Amino acid sequence: MIIGGIDIITLISMLMVASTPVLLAATGELVAEKSGVLNLGVEGMMITGAVAGFATAVSTGSPVLGFVGGALAGAAMAMLFAILTQVFLSNQTATGLALTLFGLGLSALIGKPFEGVRPPATGKVPFGPLSDIPVLGRILFSHDWVVYLSLLLVAVTWAFLKFTRAGLILRAVGENHDAAHALGYRVIAVRCAALAFGGALAGLGGAYLSLIRVPQWTEGMTAGAGWIALAIVVFASWRPERALIGAYLFGGITALQLQLQAAGYAIPVHLLSMAPYVLTIVVLVLLSVVHRRGVQAAPAALGRSFHAAS
Amino acid sequence: MTEILLKIDGLTKAYPGVVANDHVGFSVAPGEVHALLGENGAGKSTLVKMIYGLVKPDSGTMEFLGRPYTPAEPRAARAAGVAMVFQHFSLFEALNVAENVALGMENPPPMRDLAKRIREISQAYGLPLDPARLVGDLSAGERQRVEIVRCLLQDPKLLIMDEPTSVLTPQEVEILFRTLRKLSSEGTAILYISHKLEEIRTICDGATILRGGKVVGSCIPREKSARELAEMMVGGEFAATERVSRPFGAPMLEVKGLSLAPLSQFGPSLKDISLSIAAGEILGIGGVAGNGQEELLATLSGERPSAPGTVWMKGADISALGPNPRRALGLMSAPEERLGHAAVPNMSLTDNTLLTGTIRMPLVKNGFLNMAEAKAFAEDIIREFDVRTPGPWVAARALSGGNLQKFVIGREVLQKPEVLIVNQPTWGVDAAAAAAIRRALLRLAEKGAALIVISQDLDELMEIADRFCALNEGRISAPRPTEGLTIDEIGLMLGGAHGMEVPA
Repeated sequence: MIIGGIDIITLISMLMVASTPVLLAATGELVAEKSGVLNLGVEGMMITGAVAGFATAVSTGSPVLGFVGGALAGAAMAMLFAILTQVFLSNQTATGLALTLFGLGLSALIGKPFEGVRPPATGKVPFGPLSDIPVLGRILFSHDWVVYLSLLLVAVTWAFLKFTRAGLILRAVGENHDAAHALGYRVIAVRCAALAFGGALAGLGGAYLSLIRVPQWTEGMTAGAGWIALAIVVFASWRPERALIGAYLFGGITALQLQLQAAGYAIPVHLLSMAPYVLTIVVLVLLSVVHRRGVQAAPAALGRSFHAAS
Repeated sequence: MTEILLKIDGLTKAYPGVVANDHVGFSVAPGEVHALLGENGAGKSTLVKMIYGLVKPDSGTMEFLGRPYTPAEPRAARAAGVAMVFQHFSLFEALNVAENVALGMENPPPMRDLAKRIREISQAYGLPLDPARLVGDLSAGERQRVEIVRCLLQDPKLLIMDEPTSVLTPQEVEILFRTLRKLSSEGTAILYISHKLEEIRTICDGATILRGGKVVGSCIPREKSARELAEMMVGGEFAATERVSRPFGAPMLEVKGLSLAPLSQFGPSLKDISLSIAAGEILGIGGVAGNGQEELLATLSGERPSAPGTVWMKGADISALGPNPRRALGLMSAPEERLGHAAVPNMSLTDNTLLTGTIRMPLVKNGFLNMAEAKAFAEDIIREFDVRTPGPWVAARALSGGNLQKFVIGREVLQKPEVLIVNQPTWGVDAAAAAAIRRALLRLAEKGAALIVISQDLDELMEIADRFCALNEGRISAPRPTEGLTIDEIGLMLGGAHGMEVPA
């Protein structure tokens, strides 16, 4: 199926791969923000996950261990943020920005010896005859396991927030931490757990970039994906299912502009490279204008420090 | 009484610089409605927080049902059979009623069963509630029901209520009291904190009076007059407010057909408000907070602009003017929220005078602040309004609520306004300070200023206002002279009890 020099099936198949890092990071940040913490360090956690995952995979030869390493590194960055903002009550915005700068610098340092190295390859999940189904097989059954994991995580996050008691407590902490504290819930502990989850997912997203999507290590390779993840959370009104749409939109336009470049369209490369960022933001803004509840859906305690006044 | 449910002995809790509770002891019998009485800062809140496990006592013992009782956290207190309804509601606006209830329970049943039990319990106690509604859409009275139902679902033996009636209409208070009597007749003891003395005389079987963290007496409230109770609380003679009849002058401020759209989803709006107030007159606006009170003050003070031709002062349209031009004309205001709205918490009292005082007072010269004048002005306020503070250099947040309120009101009153609008002038302020603030407002009116007093405290409005009107869901009722107005009539003006209808 080829339209205007672009193979639609390849496009959709590529879209899922291109979206996965942002989807993972956005899902993690969504959970953290639902608990009332604004962590602007997503970009920093992603790039740290990217380099740590890459280094682990190259040194052990196991991509799976690489992803574990990336997630742990992201979670470690998040715990640094948690100690500063939850224990020492530093300003969340400033700390988040610092975390991003720190992550970018740290990853460049760690990554130096790994430049130009090829990581061990991650194979596609063997679906057997399923992947031979025309059209659907290429779109749905031709990916690596992390793509399916990311989709599963979105579903699990959605169900966790909506149906479980732990999810209810997490939302309550994000709505009104004073009330949650008065009822005897441990606000700081809940927020640290949510932050760690958010960091792990951002790290996982970063590792996906360096191990599968690119796959190699280059300095600053996240290229703003963490910021896109943050924007997606806001415009998705803090709902996982909408974050999925936002992430796939971003991935879709990324895939499309790459295909347009490959097809040799006479559009300046810079405009094409810019397109995913601009169009994602524009579409999400329009969406949140249509759903006027956009900003009001924010967790009421988002970004506010909690201190139990004994 | 032989049987004792809760016995407290020698309970002490000190914070840096202040002993909140000093060897406090009392006991509560099953089914007893026991009042804790005291001024602000007397230590009532700390005491109940210790009983509910939110604060650990430094020393002293508690016994519950004859066994030692040392709750490490609210969970343990709830497990023992102690439940608490908070002064500032511990509710989550973006969650629905059932979710809010579930959060306050140890082992909530699945949502479907819980919704059914909420309906049953709330009907049985005359507090109808729809479990699926968002708490953000509920009135203050309904929100309190959510808290109470949350407690009742756990069959508490002791129910602690911290200032439960401050946000209710008189009819809602009646409903609440019926519920409390039913609970008490079933053997549930109630620890009732309030500084509304008439209520305590109506509902409570016994009372413990706290002053400065110590127990200074106990009594049976029914056998004392409200005045005697107040004197026990304050520990001295109690100066009541004297009212002198005054002549009214020309109309000072007029509002014509003022409407305002809500700012947020759960925010109140204003709908077609018209009123007029004359020199020397005090207009009382009653109603439960959150029905447009803040919005009304914001539009009158100039904080939020309104449509042309809606706000008039001395015959001139001032709808388009901001707060400072209005101050120049003599229209001042004191909002409800003391910290963050009326005063900047981290700025000194001197600096805080500059926030509203630069227009009518000589605090600025050639664009430079005149700090000496500002300090003198702050000292004037502190002296005239008996603000208890070491001096004008103290940060606003370091003052207790009552003292800061006196400062905020004093700052406006001493600038000799021609029109003064205040919202909740004595909210959370103890009896003596509240009386001082009311006297200051009356004196201002005697000098010919026009005052609008917005308050939830109906007794206060009856005491100082000449005319009364109710603000409910953004609409204002026709004003009526306060003389001869009964509490029932006021209740009806306030729209009766919110959400009386049983949900389908």
